[in-house]
Amino acid sequence: MVTGQFVRKLSAAATAMLALMPAYASAQEVGKGHPEPGQFHLQQSVTPIMDSIVAFHDGPLMWTITFIVLFVLALLIVIVVRFNAKANPVPARFTHNTLIEVIWTVVPIIVLIIIAVPSFGVLSDQLTTPDGERKYLGSNIFSFGEVDVPAASLTIKATGEQWYWTYEYVDDGVYFDSNILGKASDNYVQTVKPGQPRLLAVDNELVVPVNTTVSLQVTASPGGVIHAFAVPSFGIKIDAVPGRLNETWFNSRETGLFYGQCSELCGKDHAYMPIAVRVVTAEEFQAFITALKESRDYASAVAVLPAIQ
Amino acid sequence: MSQAAHLEAQATGHGHAAHDDHTPTGWRRWVLSTNHKDIGIMYLVFAIIAGIVGGLLSGFMRMELQEPGIQIFHGLAAMVYGVDGDSAIDAGKQMFNVFTTAHALIMVFFMVMPATMGGFANYFAPLMIGAPDTAFPRINNIAFWLLPVAFILLLMSLFFEGAAGTTGFGGGWTVYPPLSTSGHPGPAMDFAILSLHVAGVSSILGAINLITTILNMRAPGMTIHKMPLFAWSVLVTGFLLLLALPVLAGAITMLLTDRNFGTSFFAPEGGGDPVLFQHLFWFFGHPEVYIMILPGFGIISHIVSTFSRKPIFGYMAMAYAMVAIGFVGFVVWAHHMYTTGLSLDVQRYFVAATMVIAVPTGVKIFSWIATMWGGSITFRTPMLWAIGFIFLFTVGGVTGVVLANAGADRALHDTYYVVAHFHYVLSLGAVFSIFAGWYYWYPKMFGYMYSEFLGKLHFWTMFVGVNLIFFPQHFLGLAGMPRRYIDYPDAFTLWNRVSSIGYYVTFIAMLIFFYATWEASRKKRPAGDNPWGDGATTLEWTLSSPPPFHQFSTLPKIDSTNAH
Repeated sequence: MVTGQFVRKLSAAATAMLALMPAYASAQEVGKGHPEPGQFHLQQSVTPIMDSIVAFHDGPLMWTITFIVLFVLALLIVIVVRFNAKANPVPARFTHNTLIEVIWTVVPIIVLIIIAVPSFGVLSDQLTTPDGERKYLGSNIFSFGEVDVPAASLTIKATGEQWYWTYEYVDDGVYFDSNILGKASDNYVQTVKPGQPRLLAVDNELVVPVNTTVSLQVTASPGGVIHAFAVPSFGIKIDAVPGRLNETWFNSRETGLFYGQCSELCGKDHAYMPIAVRVVTAEEFQAFITALKESRDYASAVAVLPAIQ
Repeated sequence: MSQAAHLEAQATGHGHAAHDDHTPTGWRRWVLSTNHKDIGIMYLVFAIIAGIVGGLLSGFMRMELQEPGIQIFHGLAAMVYGVDGDSAIDAGKQMFNVFTTAHALIMVFFMVMPATMGGFANYFAPLMIGAPDTAFPRINNIAFWLLPVAFILLLMSLFFEGAAGTTGFGGGWTVYPPLSTSGHPGPAMDFAILSLHVAGVSSILGAINLITTILNMRAPGMTIHKMPLFAWSVLVTGFLLLLALPVLAGAITMLLTDRNFGTSFFAPEGGGDPVLFQHLFWFFGHPEVYIMILPGFGIISHIVSTFSRKPIFGYMAMAYAMVAIGFVGFVVWAHHMYTTGLSLDVQRYFVAATMVIAVPTGVKIFSWIATMWGGSITFRTPMLWAIGFIFLFTVGGVTGVVLANAGADRALHDTYYVVAHFHYVLSLGAVFSIFAGWYYWYPKMFGYMYSEFLGKLHFWTMFVGVNLIFFPQHFLGLAGMPRRYIDYPDAFTLWNRVSSIGYYVTFIAMLIFFYATWEASRKKRPAGDNPWGDGATTLEWTLSSPPPFHQFSTLPKIDSTNAH
């Protein structure tokens, strides 16, 4: 049985690979705010929401699905080895076994309930804007609420246009456009901001303060099409729908540049309207927003911030 | 066995009756056909042709995505439109979107559905239930011939203006407005709508025909609970088609009037809502994915049982698992819409409802395994495809459980993780079940055996190829690469390159498939009535290979003690 042996070897290799995956995935150095080359894991988290998504995915979800796949694979291997025509020339005739049928119906239900508990918690956190009182799960998704998140103190409105984003500091009534850097004819290789990745770098980043809950309103321009605002390291993704005002929130605990990309097909330049969020200290943000209110000019306002290395 | 021999005598022994049979020849036999087997063959040929077109389209996409930066589409656009420089790049970007859209629509409506519900269901559901033909042979004819019309309309749409200055519709197979209304003012989208309407009518007619056939024309003694599982799967799928497609028809008709007659169902400036369309679309779209996979479930059950030489384990659970999947499939649609701004309670409901589907699906996977357990298995070509299906469908199924959780979907929605997931259940699930059915029934349909070596070579090459394409796409999705992108940040290069290499391996696998089919037709090795031995117990194996033009002139009687 040449095929049988080959199947066995191949399966053994696949088994070893799959078994290592969850552990290996958590060990890989992954990008923060942007993907790293060859990355096969979620981006690094800097918000309590993304903490819970990473913990939920790497924990209950990844272990469960890896176990199921390995279990099915193991059963198939046993079948190939034990129940091939040579090893077992006379087939059994059984067609029912009530006990085992009950088991393989009830056990998956229990597993799904176990998954559902943290799942509902993670989901509720995402859709509940902090009021300062409510506790959030953070990375310990079985904690039933441990992380404090302050009430939202800054409101930003992101509007999807074809094909760029407009950001408005709603409380201050100032807004600016954010466009991709580089030209199509050069494949968007840009030299204005050296060190910033191709297709993710923008001319005017959205500037927000660190450790501050930002309430984010997302919509698309009237008469436009649907886009989606996403920043993987923040764990947010929400559609920008014309005629609707969607709301989400984030609270970044780290300063730095965090990129995302439009995540709903919006036409020709769908791949070319990145999102860049620059998280700065509270003092820096104060200086920036004051300057922006005065000058109404992004370039001169952003000049008050220290240069990005 | 005596019963089988008796049936065979009935089937082949009515040669004298053939004189009375009106057996058309030449083009009339096919174009005017009311014969379920001839129509089934035409569906399969049609699916193969559409599959070639859809498969080549994805080849252009994988070539484009092999390296970061725009690789080929500006060149294609330059060739098609005769423009260069920035205009060529702009046109190329739109052309990529047109290709993704056409690839999806062709594979869903013109490859998978015609192959399963058109080809195999038409050919084998009547044979398996002991019926002489389908209930409405003329409806069967029109249902088939509407399909080339729909396909031509879709292909024509590629050559009419869509978005300003470019041809074809590039808004995705989901045709979300406003991109499909104000975003594509030209007639390309109207052609696409018309194409979907015609394809929808074709499928609804086909579904009515098959439902009626299965409910009314089973051989004496074949109660519904003795009916082969493939017939069960076709029956359930028929109802899904019947209930889901009219909703799509309604939604795209509203699109059509929004586009052309001044209504504003989906236009916010007139009081409409783009999200309404998404609800309507996915109320159709989610059952649609079960429409594509359920007939495959039926095929796999028979193959697993045949080559294990063992009856199907848990027949009733298997049948009603499909009913349950079909039923629950109608109440989970908004899990495609977790990021549209649905309220918390709505998302909670759709998470819970969606996860329920994992239970009957698990019952099916484990029952297939239990069918093989204790069996005496020969690993012929169809069995390899079936075992490959079971494993790959499991992989695609568990990533579905991940995506069902709205909390986790937040990170994965509209990324390559989703692309990987649905290609594992469709491109590796449904398509593997189609190839399994092809190799299982090829000797029955054509009377010849293919080369076992070539069939297995096809399987192994394709198994490696499709896994190379789609497994790395999970990584891309986790790392955050959005789908429907012509270009990506350089960090995503590695897994995209692996994925593209996988395409070339799969391409070679398809060449092997065509060669194997050609070789079989040249070598003409007679298959015999039943090449698979005593494990193959359904009625089609009691007939000659290929079956007579009209079968079961005297209806077979199903013994009351006979197991399904």
